[in-house]
Amino acid sequence: MNIHEYQGKEILRQYGVAVPNGKVAFTVEEAVEAAKELGTQVCVVKAQIHAGGRGKAGGVKVAKNLEEVRTYASEILGKTLVTHQTGPEGKEVKRLLIEEGCDIKKEYYVGLVLDRATSKVVLMASEEGGTEIEEVAEKSPEKIFKEEIDPVIGLQPFQARRIAFNINIPKELINQAVKFMTALYTAYIEKDCSIAEINPLVVTGDGKVMALDAKLNFDSNALYRQKEVLAYRDLEEEDAKEIEASKYDLSYVSLDGNIGCMVNGAGLAMSTMDIIKHYSGDPANFLDVGGGATAEKVTEAFKIILSDPNVKGIFVNIFGGIMKCDVIAEGVVEAAKQVGLSVPLVVRLEGTNVDLGKKILAESSIDIIAAESMADGAQKIVSLVK
Amino acid sequence: MSVFINKDTKVIVQGITGSTALFHTKQMLEYGTQIVGGTSPGKGGMEVEGVPVFNTVKDAVEATGAVASVIYVPAPFAADAIIEAVDADLDLAICITEHIPVLDMVKVKRYMEGKKTRLVGPNCPGVITPDECKIGIMPGYIHTKGHVGVVSRSGTLTYEAVHQLTTAGLGQTTAVGIGGDPVNGTNFIDVLKAFNEDPETYAVIMIGEIGGTAEEEAAEWVKANMTKPVVGFIGGRTAPAGKRMGHAGAIISGGKGTADEKIRVMNECGIKVADTPSVMGETLIGVLKEQGLYEKCKTH
Repeated sequence: MNIHEYQGKEILRQYGVAVPNGKVAFTVEEAVEAAKELGTQVCVVKAQIHAGGRGKAGGVKVAKNLEEVRTYASEILGKTLVTHQTGPEGKEVKRLLIEEGCDIKKEYYVGLVLDRATSKVVLMASEEGGTEIEEVAEKSPEKIFKEEIDPVIGLQPFQARRIAFNINIPKELINQAVKFMTALYTAYIEKDCSIAEINPLVVTGDGKVMALDAKLNFDSNALYRQKEVLAYRDLEEEDAKEIEASKYDLSYVSLDGNIGCMVNGAGLAMSTMDIIKHYSGDPANFLDVGGGATAEKVTEAFKIILSDPNVKGIFVNIFGGIMKCDVIAEGVVEAAKQVGLSVPLVVRLEGTNVDLGKKILAESSIDIIAAESMADGAQKIVSLVK
Repeated sequence: MSVFINKDTKVIVQGITGSTALFHTKQMLEYGTQIVGGTSPGKGGMEVEGVPVFNTVKDAVEATGAVASVIYVPAPFAADAIIEAVDADLDLAICITEHIPVLDMVKVKRYMEGKKTRLVGPNCPGVITPDECKIGIMPGYIHTKGHVGVVSRSGTLTYEAVHQLTTAGLGQTTAVGIGGDPVNGTNFIDVLKAFNEDPETYAVIMIGEIGGTAEEEAAEWVKANMTKPVVGFIGGRTAPAGKRMGHAGAIISGGKGTADEKIRVMNECGIKVADTPSVMGETLIGVLKEQGLYEKCKTH
């Protein structure tokens, strides 16, 4: 799960990670009011959307007085920002962060992320702040330093110190940097983060080490024990169908095509998209109904697929294991009854309780095109939507 | 022969009184798996499906001589269940549970260092040696005994591959689902090694998906060590970057973990990769015929 920069900074502040003073604003008036309260000469007006690259897209402006705050706030609020992370349709700005300006001496990068190869959290840092870490990794990998963290003892001071020296933090600020990184690690662990990226981390003219930006992502499997984080969820930043799906524990991702897919298992669901593409079709979504789906869940999944106006046909591809074919069949029949099916439906069933599932479908009054295999089903649905 | 499990493997079910566990305990018993006990804290002394229930794994192991466990415990308690299995010195713990917080698994992996237990999963379908032992949630009837090893990050894609093999007359030695989480126990290389050393396994199908670099590392290992043909498949060729595709581990981030990159490395390392999931079996048959192994692998 993603949250906004200002929310990330609120969390970090609780853990003693140094961040600039700032306030969130939903209107131009609130923005001006926030700037007044901050009382600093220079203010930064920052668009709050769940995507990086905001600066380049014109979503971050430095205001030298309250008039400029007003001008920039009215310019950015309501604007649709298109960055390399938003996709071509962009994202509308509905919130601003008004933050005190600071005198930046130098920018660094600090991040915490899970290293899948070692199954450990890794602290990464670089002297090349402000640019994307992937870019640095490509162009000058020698400038990225890493410390693998033992989960039993956590990030050790010597490790934070070693990183700080390696990225050339000024000697007199090493202790501040160590404190910063240690606090960041504690926040990462206690809040079940999946990424904590500070880019840039800055050293200021008055000798402070601060997080100028903060990108925090959270492990969605751990949200059950992170109520405070969950409260930060901004539904306006998410796809409406994905939100609806998450209510029923369905794993759904919206895509641009016209063939709705309902599949069990993530691997099979991905491969179903692949095989539709292979036969020159276009999937409208990724949908994994999961292992523990009930007929009710399957019905909801069906409704979500059909709520996409682009969908011209549906391919149900099930290989039952933990998921039983009869449950899927019942759900499909129930959904078709409830919503009134108006597009072609191809169903391929195999696995646990397959005969029972096929029987339920055959005895229903719905018009179902049966498929013998995944390839057969994909070819059938592709030709039906053409 | 087979890898990891066989007809003599004595198994306990952790969380046996849950509805999913009960359903699959029944299925495993019907398949012939030696389910000798189960655990469910507070329900020790009960019996379900004719199987004795214990309060702790230690009690269950002492009473039954089990060497393996299968875990169906809900996600918030699953890490604890794995650690309990490791603490009881089991040879094998297979964790079916999905949605375990990743930082819980980071701790589990650290705890397991130097311990004897092999963990398979979490978020996996389990392990099956056809006609001998089925531990997990896979539908038993699609499997047949034979000489092809299957290893996969995805449950349903494993079934797909096995089904194609069986339909084509190629039985399997063992099918191992290693799970779709970013932090898991047994990895591709562990299973490939076991298949390489198993005299009954003549060829392997390896099924990966987007995210991480486990397939690339496995491909390099195959190139350097494997004496048997390996064919592959990678799911998620058309998945958009930055989006988690169901499995916690299936995500392309920072341009890393793409299907194209994995397929490129696998091809370079001599692993033929099937174009679509529908031709995993066909692709293997092609390679077996080229190498003169087809007749040897044909079981029915």
